[in-house]
Formats: sequence, structure tokens, C-alpha cells
Amino acid sequence: MTAVQVTGVTKTFTTKAGLVTALDDVDLTVEKGEFVSLIGPSGCGKSTLLRLIADLDTPTSGVIEVFGKSARQARLDQDYGIAFQTAGLLPWRSVAANIELPLQLHGVDRVGRRQRVAQLIELVGLGDFARSFPEQLSGGMQQRVAIARSLAERPELLLMDEPFGALDEMTRERMQSELVRISAETGAAVIFVTHSIPEAVFLSDRVVVMSPRPGRIRKVIDVKLGDARGEGLREESAFFASVTEVREALHGAPATGTARGVDTR
Amino acid sequence: MTRLRAVILGALGIVLLGVLWEAYKALGPAAGFEAFGIQLLPRTSDLAMPHLIDMLDRALSPVNTAADSQPVWLTVTLACLSSLGTAAVGLAVGAVVGFGLALLMLRFRIAESAVLPWLILSQTVPLIALAPVIVSWGGRVHIGEFEWQRWMSVAVIASYLAFFPVAVGALRGLQSPLAAQVELMHSFAAGWWRTVLHLRLPASVPYLIPAVRLGAASAIIGTVVAEVSTGAKGGIGRLIIEYAQSGSSDPAKAFSPIAGAVLMGLATAGVVALVALTLGRFRSNEVPA
Ligand SMILES: Nc1ncnc2c1ncn2[C@@H]1O[C@H](COP(=O)(O)OP(=O)(O)OP(=O)(O)O)[C@@H](O)[C@H]1O
Ligand SMILES: [Mg+2]
Repeated sequence: MTAVQVTGVTKTFTTKAGLVTALDDVDLTVEKGEFVSLIGPSGCGKSTLLRLIADLDTPTSGVIEVFGKSARQARLDQDYGIAFQTAGLLPWRSVAANIELPLQLHGVDRVGRRQRVAQLIELVGLGDFARSFPEQLSGGMQQRVAIARSLAERPELLLMDEPFGALDEMTRERMQSELVRISAETGAAVIFVTHSIPEAVFLSDRVVVMSPRPGRIRKVIDVKLGDARGEGLREESAFFASVTEVREALHGAPATGTARGVDTR
Repeated sequence: MTRLRAVILGALGIVLLGVLWEAYKALGPAAGFEAFGIQLLPRTSDLAMPHLIDMLDRALSPVNTAADSQPVWLTVTLACLSSLGTAAVGLAVGAVVGFGLALLMLRFRIAESAVLPWLILSQTVPLIALAPVIVSWGGRVHIGEFEWQRWMSVAVIASYLAFFPVAVGALRGLQSPLAAQVELMHSFAAGWWRTVLHLRLPASVPYLIPAVRLGAASAIIGTVVAEVSTGAKGGIGRLIIEYAQSGSSDPAKAFSPIAGAVLMGLATAGVVALVALTLGRFRSNEVPA
């Protein structure tokens, strides 16, 4: 069964400068449990696509189905968890209370909430910081809180918009490994927006390469690296082959330089 | 540390004021300064400007020559407490109305453009003009056992001044969450009320504290002015008038209720600050008033 089915979706914005076509006739299918990355130069509509799937905005035309339901129904049913580029924590709530927020909003009782929050804090390795407040945490720790929060309701779909964008390289690689572990453990489908080609390749089953003006899907690349995504994977030749394939797709031809807005870390 | 500095600076300001008063009294022209028939600077006579020490002395002595007469300071304090009670009721009503209006404006965009100009206009109506109207309306209220009291009119006038800063501050605070935070609540399928309760309300605390402080000050001014203009008994406003009328024979007496009113304002600001302290963790991003 499919997790997300995007069919013929177009999204235009009316701005002072005129009509902006953020997405033009986009089709995308994400299967249950599948990890899909969206990559492409700045302004190609990655965030827009994610927001449409999350029902934070509505498509101009086309249909989006999430677990066979409308995007709106899926949002009301809390079928997805979402993590944005900025952690978006509430500064007056402790780490535990921030993670608890979605559970509290959906009427989970106190005991159930406490148990689940304890699990999640362990999962993202913030055991000692449950009572800390967001301003006392580093950017990477805040991001982990946001990820824990997105997992709170055990969603079968995770939407993540450059969640590691603000992290240093070391934290970033550790978070990537954690995310691989988490998605394997929970069996959730993930749609992951990134600017980093190695990150996309390391994490994904499929990498969706997009191009701007108008936002379109240029190519979908299968990354066949198998399930054992250990740290060693980053050194393997299959990994580099996929990185090269994605890079070439981004440039529309064998790579000579680096596409604007895409780093090759 | 900054708090201590504020206290010291505040105390210094009061001392400076006293020094200025006495210095002008000692050095200023006896007849004051007049230009084009307008008195620009006051006379320095004991009648117009009593010595500070005389004011203090007057405050400590009995109100009049009657045998059971209370000292002036006690009468003033009791009057202040009565006015404070009225002002507190006014502030409570004003805060509830102000917050309600802010919620209304938040909920309905149209309401914001329709209501806000009226709110601003409402504050341009002179209080003195309003007082008799409200008193006369109040006089017609008889519901069963309930009789409208004069002090209630005073409280209504106080609330009329207090609701405005609360409404404006609350609206700004309720609208302060970032789009991303609002979208987060949306993604949790939280409705309007829950978004208000869990996001907008806590986020508005840093805006509400200065707004309530302003509202409290307005309520006190409103109470005193309304007591003066409606002649409500028992409050500090009435005392200011009463003592001022004995001015020519007993000039130092008139300053006790004025000082009382000032101290009352300071005490109120202090209480608001104390309440604000208990809301510490919502204040990480407090905005200056
Ligand atoms: N609310 C909006 N109003 C007007 N134009 C918008 C709006 N949101 C997005 N756009 C436009 O849509 C296009 C796609 O934006 P989007 O944010 O989806 O890009 P992106 O791929 O996420 O870029 P980045 O990698 O920089 O985050 C851009 O040209 C942008 O200017
Ligand atoms: Mg984006």
C-alpha cells in the first residue's frame, strides 16, 4: 500500500511580481516504510511539495492522497509527524513538555504521556535534558527534540524539511545514522528534504531530483545500498556511484561543476 | 543587579525632586514669575509651597481638633485602600473586557479593522465628560435587591481606562507567534481554541505584563479622577478635594492625599511586578512596554 500518492500536482503563488509556478504537474508515489529524499536547487519547490502533503497549503490543481485519504483527513487523523528546518520549539516548555505537546493535544492521559516521552527522549539520546528548556540546548539538541516530537504519535509517515541543515558535520552524520535507525525501528515512510547529495544517498531508498522554474521532478534515482546502512557505507564504492548518479541528474549532464544551491558534502 | 540599580535610581529621583522643591522655595522669586498675565512659576510662599517637613508633620498630626480625630496619614491610608479596592475591580473588569476584545479581534480579522478605530476613539472621550453620564445611568439600575452604588460607577470609569492598554497589548501578544509555530499547531490538527490555549496565550505573556501594568496605572488614575468628578465618598479622590478646600488655613494638609495617591500607584506597580515574577518562564522574550 502507498503512503503518499501525488498526482498531477501544480502549485502557483500570486506575488506582486506576478505568478510563480512553484510546482508544475508533479507525480510522486511513496510506498509504506520507504525513505525518499527530495533534492534540488533552491526554489525548486521541495518545501512547497512537503507543505502540500502536510496539508499546510493546498494545491492549485492535482490530487494528493495520504494513506488513501485526502491530505486534510490525514492531517486531522495525525497520520504524519513533521519536522521543519528550524526546530520550532515552544520556549516556555521544557524538552519533555515540548515532546509531549502533540500527545497532550490529542488527549493522551498523563501516565501514557510520561511513558511515551521517556521512550522518545531515550531514542534521541537526550536523557539528561528532559527538564531543560530549549534556550539551554544547542541547535543540534533542539533539532533532536523536534524529531522526537515528530515521532510522538508513532506516525507512519515522517515529513522532514532540511532538519539537519543547521548542524555541524559531525552531529549531522550522527543524526543521519540515528534517523536511519529510527526509521528502520518504527517502519515509517520518510520524505526528507535536503541540499546534501551524500546525505540523500546515505539515507534514502530513492532520491527524487527536482529542477526549478517551474518546479518539476527531473529524475528519480533508486539507491540500492541494502538495509545495512552502517557508518562503513560512506566509504563504499556503491555509495560513491550513487552520489555521482545524483550529481549528474542534478546537472542534467555529466558533472563538471556544482549546481547552484546544492552542496556536495 | 539591574533591579537594585533601578531602585536606587528611583530613590535618587525622589530625593532630587525634594531638593528641587526646597531649592526653588528658598531661591525663587517670592511672587513667582508672571508673563502676559499668566502665572508661569508658582509663588514661593508657605501657602503655595509648604516646606516638606511641614507636610510630613501635618501628615502625622490629627485631621482636625475633635478629640477622637485620626491622624491624617491613617485617614489617607484608609481612603487609599478604599480607592485601591475600586481600582482593582475596575482593572479586573477592564482586563477581562480588554482580553475578550483582543480574542474577538484575533478570531475575526474584520473585527480588528471594525473595532480597533472605535477603541482608539473611545480613549479620546474626556473622562470628566463621561463621569456624570455613567453616574446617571448607574442611578437607574435597580435589579431586585441590587442597588447601584456610586463606587461602581467609579469602577466602571476606571475599567474604561484600563481595558484599552490590555486590549492592544493582548492583541499584539496573541498575534506574536511565528507562522511556523502556528503551522505546527495546525499540523497537530489543533483547533482555534487549542491554538490559543497552548500557543498564543503563553506567547502573549511578555506583552500582557506591561499591558496590565499600564492598565493598572490607568485604573488608578481613572478611579481618582472619577472620585473627584462624581463626588464618591470614602476614596482618596474625595479626600484630595476636601483637604484642598482647607488650603488657605492649612496648606500642608492637602499634600498628604496627593502623596497617598502617588504611593498607591507605586504599590500597584509593585504588585503587578510580583505577579509577573511568578510567570518567569513565559517571559524569556519579554518586550519592553
Ligand atoms: N508563500 C509563498 N508565496 C509566494 N511564493 C512562494 C511562497 N512559497 C514559496 N514560494 C515560491 O515557490 C518557489 C518554491 O519555493 P520552495 O520554498 O518550495 O523552494 P525550496 O525548494 O524549498 O527551496 P529551498 O531549498 O531554498 O528551501 C520559490 O520560487 C518561492 O519563491
Ligand atoms: Mg525549502
